Amino acid sequence: MEVPILKQGAVLIATFQAALSDADLNQLRMGLVQQVVKFRSRAVIVDVTAMDVMDSFASRTLREITHMIRLRGAETVIVGIQPEVAFAMVQLGLTLEGVATALDLEEGLAYLNEKFKSTN
Amino acid sequence: MAKRNETPRDTMTLDNQVTELARSEAPSELLRELVSHLRQNRTQLREEWVVRITETRLLTAMTKEEIFAEATSVYDSYVEALETEAFEALQAYARNLSERIIPRGVETHEVVGIVLLLRDVLARSLFAKYQTDFKKLNRILDAYEPAANRIANTVAVGFVQERERVIRQQQEAIRELSTPVLQVRERLLILPIIGVIDPQRARQLTEQLLRGIRTNRAKVIVIDITGVAAMDLTVANNLVQTVEASRLLGATVIVTGLSPEIAQTLVTIGVDLGKMNTVGDLQGGIEQAERLLGYKVEKLAEPR
Repeated sequence: MEVPILKQGAVLIATFQAALSDADLNQLRMGLVQQVVKFRSRAVIVDVTAMDVMDSFASRTLREITHMIRLRGAETVIVGIQPEVAFAMVQLGLTLEGVATALDLEEGLAYLNEKFKSTN
Repeated sequence: MAKRNETPRDTMTLDNQVTELARSEAPSELLRELVSHLRQNRTQLREEWVVRITETRLLTAMTKEEIFAEATSVYDSYVEALETEAFEALQAYARNLSERIIPRGVETHEVVGIVLLLRDVLARSLFAKYQTDFKKLNRILDAYEPAANRIANTVAVGFVQERERVIRQQQEAIRELSTPVLQVRERLLILPIIGVIDPQRARQLTEQLLRGIRTNRAKVIVIDITGVAAMDLTVANNLVQTVEASRLLGATVIVTGLSPEIAQTLVTIGVDLGKMNTVGDLQGGIEQAERLLGYKVEKLAEPR
């Protein structure tokens, strides 16, 4: 299943669908980094609003995406984690440590704006 | 001829014995006899019972008139239960009675106590009535005891079930009372927690908070635990999880009002305090939250 990646200026927005297999996640990891390189993006927003469950593999993949993209000098923000999913995640100890998070796409973009402003 | 000179009394006694054996075998017969005795002597036996209740200092929360009124109902229900063996009616009566007396502060041991006293009073009266006929007394008791014990059991269980229902109701009420999520500024929520937090309540708080973050688009939450006396390991971990889950929704949590005892607990059980943003009191917490949100509060004039 292809994950749509949209470009919004210097930001890439990847929108997760509800049920992503491990293979999909692996594909996405490589795909996103390639896109960041191709477009010289400064940030990636991963929107997981449609995900109703987050397991340890998905969580680890998100952390890896963040680290890989940071190596390209770009920022990653995960947005749209649902309250129930957040609750289940912390109970499993999946805290996405070191990964920036925001409530939704709007907040994610606002966060990035602030960040870009202060670093310019 | 020789037979005629035998004492008529011996023959009659033998006859009586045979008739007696034939007559008294059905336990329901005996129960009927016993119930009729209890009804006939109702006034006297009930009076005796009330005296015993007062002597043993039970039902001190009720007035003499109330005790008498309830005693009458219980006595009649008791005798009826003996007669019909319809314990559902007695159970319903027991729960009904409990509903009335529990708010008055009547305790379980009092309810069990008075039912046992009634059982004793009635038993004694049976001893008195059948004291000349030991065999019959035994048969009467054979019928009475299981029924009386079952009644005592039914009433006690009914009372306890009613109490448990009341307790559950109160717990639910407490739970609902104490978890408001309040918005005091745009994007700023306050969660004032009061009382005892058990794991269930802690979980409910977290769920409520996370929903509140999404609904109010909150960026900062101040969780105030000034009103929480103590915290165990499970609840402390739940607090940490709440902070972590809130972060996943893009919100920062400030915890305020940790008492010395709770601070000690958290340090002792090794909670990672680096994960928690804490400030001494609620006022300080709100001030920091405002700073985080980019507010500056400036005093323009003296209070009027």
